[in-house]
Amino acid sequence: MRIQKTDWLHYYANPHRFMGLAQALFYPLWVCAILTLSAGLYLGFQAPPDYQQGETVRIMFVHVPAAWMALFGYSFIAFVSILALIFRHPLGHLAARAAAPIGACFTLIALVTGALWGQPMWGTWWVWDARLTSVLVLFFVYIGYISLWRAIESPEKASRAAAILAIVGFINVPIVKFSVDWWNTLHQPASVSRFARPAIHPDILYPLLVMGVAFMLLFFALLITRMQSEILNQRARRRLGGDL
Amino acid sequence: MRAAYSVLCVDILLAWRLGSISLVLAFLFIALTLVPFGVGPELALLKRLAPGLLWVVIILALLLSLDRLFQSDAEDGGFDQLMLSSQPLELLVLAKLVAHFIAIILPLSLVLPIAGFLVNIDIAALFPLVVSVLVAGPALCALGAIGSALAVSVRRAGLLTALIVMPLYVPVLVFGANSAQMALLGGGIALDAILVLAAMSLAAMLLAPLAISAALRGLAS
Repeated sequence: MRIQKTDWLHYYANPHRFMGLAQALFYPLWVCAILTLSAGLYLGFQAPPDYQQGETVRIMFVHVPAAWMALFGYSFIAFVSILALIFRHPLGHLAARAAAPIGACFTLIALVTGALWGQPMWGTWWVWDARLTSVLVLFFVYIGYISLWRAIESPEKASRAAAILAIVGFINVPIVKFSVDWWNTLHQPASVSRFARPAIHPDILYPLLVMGVAFMLLFFALLITRMQSEILNQRARRRLGGDL
Repeated sequence: MRAAYSVLCVDILLAWRLGSISLVLAFLFIALTLVPFGVGPELALLKRLAPGLLWVVIILALLLSLDRLFQSDAEDGGFDQLMLSSQPLELLVLAKLVAHFIAIILPLSLVLPIAGFLVNIDIAALFPLVVSVLVAGPALCALGAIGSALAVSVRRAGLLTALIVMPLYVPVLVFGANSAQMALLGGGIALDAILVLAAMSLAAMLLAPLAISAALRGLAS
């Protein structure tokens, strides 16, 4: 069969071809993820302690990238869901489904490390501050999304319903952010995105960025692994006649 | 239009005859009765909590009414009729949303003055509260219906629907409850919050039928 150049998107709709690609990416991704993660952790412990926050500032090297990945993970799910709905691409649903628990885990890590950081800094594990609240709501969105996947038995119906929910949730998350901002705020404003003159010192910024890259690589390494195992699972199920 | 109108009438009539209205109202009163047992009967405290409590209980009552919104149609074949109809599904879904608003939200907001006395609501907060519920009502119906439509093929969907809908309700609750709460502080009616609620209602009524119809079509295929 001749594959047209424009049809690269559907080239990998065939699970067999995708497995080839995944196999090729598997080791490089994991090796890079582990290397950058070790480098980021090393740099994180090398960084000088903050003059106000002391050693607890190191929690940030896990907390902030985890929060980035929580948002990135959900955006990724919404993006591939849109692709899957428009192009009827089975891999989109597969990727969205595989990404959900990873994103939920990063969200949970951000929440837990935030609580651990908040205890020494603010004197309480949890405050109903705008950012904390919207991340908590994001976590519930993840849980709802995963539950919907698990609740609907037929894979086609589940994938369609989940994709619609992902898109609805994607519209919802900024609105939640906006409304809780209006409602209450205590968390320090975003301080990394101002690249012209970042509000944090380079000694802390570089480990943070390395950790950000490491978490991103980790996300995709986990994603590829989960997608592979899901495809293998489907194959096994087919071979055993749906009795697994 | 005629088809949409008959869907609207049938749904309101069904809600009335099957008693879902009285069930929702009964839930509102029972849940409110539980509150003083939980937080204590102190009137000053209840007065402060009243607008927020009423908003939360209304949302819980709505969540209860949601899980059957599309499921009964899916079971008795009413859906197949809607799908086969020459009318756009989005329009018929919109009619169902309006019916839900009239059948559930209107009675809820009408009994709010009575229910409010159970939690000692301030008279000054009562009118803003009713207005905020009425203005936010379409958004509550539309967002809830999305959850209901997505979970329609799940047999015991109540909890799942609640889980899906809860994050969608957060913005509405923030502006709704706070607009009523502000009246307590003596600000009268918080117009900016009411306007945001109105914007949410309009946007939700416009976009939700698209999402709901997409979900329902996926069910049929």
